[in-house]
Amino acid sequence: MGFLDIRNVTKSYGSVKVLHQVDIEVEEGEFLVLVGPSGCGKSTLLNMIAGLEGITSGDIAIKGRVVNGVHPSKRNIAMVFQSYALYPNMTVGQNMTFGLEMHGVPKAEREKALADVARLLQIENLLDRKPGQLSGGQRQRVAMGRALVRDPDVFLFDEPLSNLDAKLRVDMRTEIKKLHEKLKTTIVYVTHDQIEAMTLSTRIAVMYRGYVQQLGTPREIYDAPANVYVATFMGSPAMNVLPARVTMRDGVPHAEIAVRDGANRFLKFSQANMAAWEGREILLGIRPEAITDPDGADRNSRNIVALTNRIGVTEPAGADTYVTMELGGKDIVARMRADANVAPGADFEFAVNMDKAVAFDPETEDRIAP
Amino acid sequence: MAQAAREPDFRTRLQEWIPKLVLSPSVAAMVVFVYGFIAFTVYLSFSDSRMLPSYDLVGFGNYAKLWGLSAWWTAIVNLGIFASLYIVTCTAIGLVLAIFLDQKIRGEGMLRPIYLYPMALSFIVTGTAWKWIMDPGIGIENSMHLWGWTSFEFDWIKDRNMAIYTVVIAAVWQTSGFVMAMFLAGLRGIDNEILKAAQIDGASSWSLYRRIVIPLLRPAFLSAFVILAHLAVKSYDLIVALTGGGPGRATELPATFMYSYTFTRNSMGIGAASAVIMLMTIAAIMTPYLYAELKEKT
Amino acid sequence: MAPAQQDTAVHTGRIARTFIYVVLLVFALFYLLPFFVMLVNSLKPLSEITDGNMMALPRAWTLEPWRQAWSSAQIGVQPTGLKPYFVNSLLMVVPAVAITTVLGALNGYVLTKWTFPGHRIIFGLLLFTCFIPFQIVLIPMATVLGKLGLAGSIPGLILVHCVYGIGFSTLYYRNYYAAFPTELVRAAMIDGAGFFRIFFRIMLPVSGPITVVSVIWLFTNIWNDFLFGASFGGQSQPMTVALNNLVQSSTGVKEYNVHFAGAILAALPTLVVYIVAGRYFVRGLMAGSVKG
Repeated sequence: MGFLDIRNVTKSYGSVKVLHQVDIEVEEGEFLVLVGPSGCGKSTLLNMIAGLEGITSGDIAIKGRVVNGVHPSKRNIAMVFQSYALYPNMTVGQNMTFGLEMHGVPKAEREKALADVARLLQIENLLDRKPGQLSGGQRQRVAMGRALVRDPDVFLFDEPLSNLDAKLRVDMRTEIKKLHEKLKTTIVYVTHDQIEAMTLSTRIAVMYRGYVQQLGTPREIYDAPANVYVATFMGSPAMNVLPARVTMRDGVPHAEIAVRDGANRFLKFSQANMAAWEGREILLGIRPEAITDPDGADRNSRNIVALTNRIGVTEPAGADTYVTMELGGKDIVARMRADANVAPGADFEFAVNMDKAVAFDPETEDRIAP
Repeated sequence: MAQAAREPDFRTRLQEWIPKLVLSPSVAAMVVFVYGFIAFTVYLSFSDSRMLPSYDLVGFGNYAKLWGLSAWWTAIVNLGIFASLYIVTCTAIGLVLAIFLDQKIRGEGMLRPIYLYPMALSFIVTGTAWKWIMDPGIGIENSMHLWGWTSFEFDWIKDRNMAIYTVVIAAVWQTSGFVMAMFLAGLRGIDNEILKAAQIDGASSWSLYRRIVIPLLRPAFLSAFVILAHLAVKSYDLIVALTGGGPGRATELPATFMYSYTFTRNSMGIGAASAVIMLMTIAAIMTPYLYAELKEKT
Repeated sequence: MAPAQQDTAVHTGRIARTFIYVVLLVFALFYLLPFFVMLVNSLKPLSEITDGNMMALPRAWTLEPWRQAWSSAQIGVQPTGLKPYFVNSLLMVVPAVAITTVLGALNGYVLTKWTFPGHRIIFGLLLFTCFIPFQIVLIPMATVLGKLGLAGSIPGLILVHCVYGIGFSTLYYRNYYAAFPTELVRAAMIDGAGFFRIFFRIMLPVSGPITVVSVIWLFTNIWNDFLFGASFGGQSQPMTVALNNLVQSSTGVKEYNVHFAGAILAALPTLVVYIVAGRYFVRGLMAGSVKG
């Protein structure tokens, strides 16, 4: 039994089912990120953990206690909202201690908890200000401080960084990560930003259309996505997914890819079990960073395959240069070193790291290899 | 314990009930005093009530009688004249003033309150003021004569054929400033970049307003129409104070008709029927508008 | 209303601008004229009105019409002046506004932050009550007030105005609270605050602007009401009804100067409110009309 158990939880509004059979066990000290596009049900799930929305069926338990019908204030949770939800009429200090006050904590204790958290977050100088006088980043800190003061069992974060500008978002991300490593609190964090999910989490639940598509560590999700949806949602630029046919050459399975010039390309699989798919169509997934210029290829890979193809567009992005080209009837993206010698319209020999390639069943879109 | 927690706890259930309890007095008052009363009046309109409510139904008799009364027809015709002139004039004046005020006018801060203050007054005050201003004996006509324009005539308020227009003048005076404010808010809400784009496209001021701005004010036009139309149908106080429905019956409106038939002529059934027709008129204007407004808000 | 400092992209020529100013000023005179007439003639002896020019300033300034209107003019059968009726109006307006505003605030809070299935229908029905012609409720109201023993009394008028004012105050607060982030309410819920605590600690402290709007609107409407006052006022008639009785009385000489003084007296409270808080007044009118 986990610290926070989500068991077979579903949610329906009338006849519309917005969450299907969600099953997640969160261990103490874990940082679980629920990630997915808007409308995937991630915020609904978070609100159900908080008690802000009812549970249609299934159970949610915190520390072994089923909390389905328990009022939000009695679940010993704290929540950081997207808009921060700071009470505009109260000072920062009053905002942070409001929850303790409502729970009947004596004033002296409140002051002490406030002082501790303010020091931790370095917002001591803001305590007498009103939220309206704070910058976005400061408000964010106060919102986290308000949650920390309560010293809850579980922290819930609802897209806490999405109202910040790009630079601040990265800083605050690091800050949250540091805080988690220091305090070892249990966190459930909702975001639509897959980079936030990758960088912050100990585990990720990728959600789509009310289903948990995959639950795993960031590495598992990235390297072995459960299906095409997860594969393309996580990672930027997105994973290239192109149709291919499995062909045996010299007794080894290859992916045969159609190219416009008629000369099909063959990419050798690293996984021997792909032989079972001989003669059948699959979807081949290759991340942009697995298609590089030969000098930039991963030296630890056992299976680098050369692939000659015509360059479409090049997009220098500073650290890397992205190359777009047509392969298997799709536009695919390759990620080259910044100084790779690539010119639009030229033929180029790419190095494809097939160790990192993923194959999907074209019918179910589920992963079949690795 | 774990089992019990699956049901909402006491606090959660209490918190679900309190809001409904808080809302219930207002809902009860609304159900009884508005919709219950409407039902009651509708019932009376089908009864033979005269001085006091009676519960004997007479079918559509009151409605038939009502539409046979020349006084009711007078009221309806008057309402038609009054409402259309009132709505058109208020809208025109309001629109012109708003557009003019929007030209970076010096002293806008002075002019706006001057245009608007009549809205703060009671129709009784408005009626009293205009009653004597338009009185030929002491009002404008008299002033003009004293200033030497002896052929000047302005005795509409005593003239059966013209009196209804004096009601329009007073009502326009009272509400056109408010319509101006509605249009001004609409104008200020228009994205300036649209106007700049139109000017770069070579639109003159005139065509800019005619082709771009006024069409963009559609919502303000609609709101103004709805507000003015419902005020027109409800007009009662102004008539009482300004003309008392006279001379003769020249300025009777449905609202004054209803009052006199119900409370002074002992024809409560007919009065109720006229009230039902007034309600239906307003409902026909308001319901689609409110429905659209509420739907937009979801 | 938006401030005037907007970079309107429209430019106008000199002749056009002159024309615009002339039109604006003419209308300003049109709106000011009745008030000017009321004021000037309330400070004249009656003879200057009947024998003189209504547009002229007084030759002999006098406050006598004001004194008469206030304390000795014949209203109906009693020479009481408007004073007792002014008091009636105040006694009616203050509690009616207070009750209606409080209920409207709570209703708006429930209808935005504690919604339940059907809340939209309830709001729609409440909103419609703002626009009904009151003729439709006159007969049953007279009957019910009679049965309750409230006919012709101030409490009766307070009840009537509360019932038909709630729609407006609910509309104002609902629209205001709808823009208030629901996340704040949820945060407070998690912090352990209940329905009333959230209302008093979180919502009410930020409700100042809309409370001003609601109070002004209700005050103006209720003070200016004539129909209910005339129908149910009985012995406790409000100012508007008394003014009308004064002006319409068919006996004796028409004391125009007293009528004008009385009219200004009847208009004074709402005018003062308008001058003090005019900006909010406009905002209130708009909130009540443009957005449902």
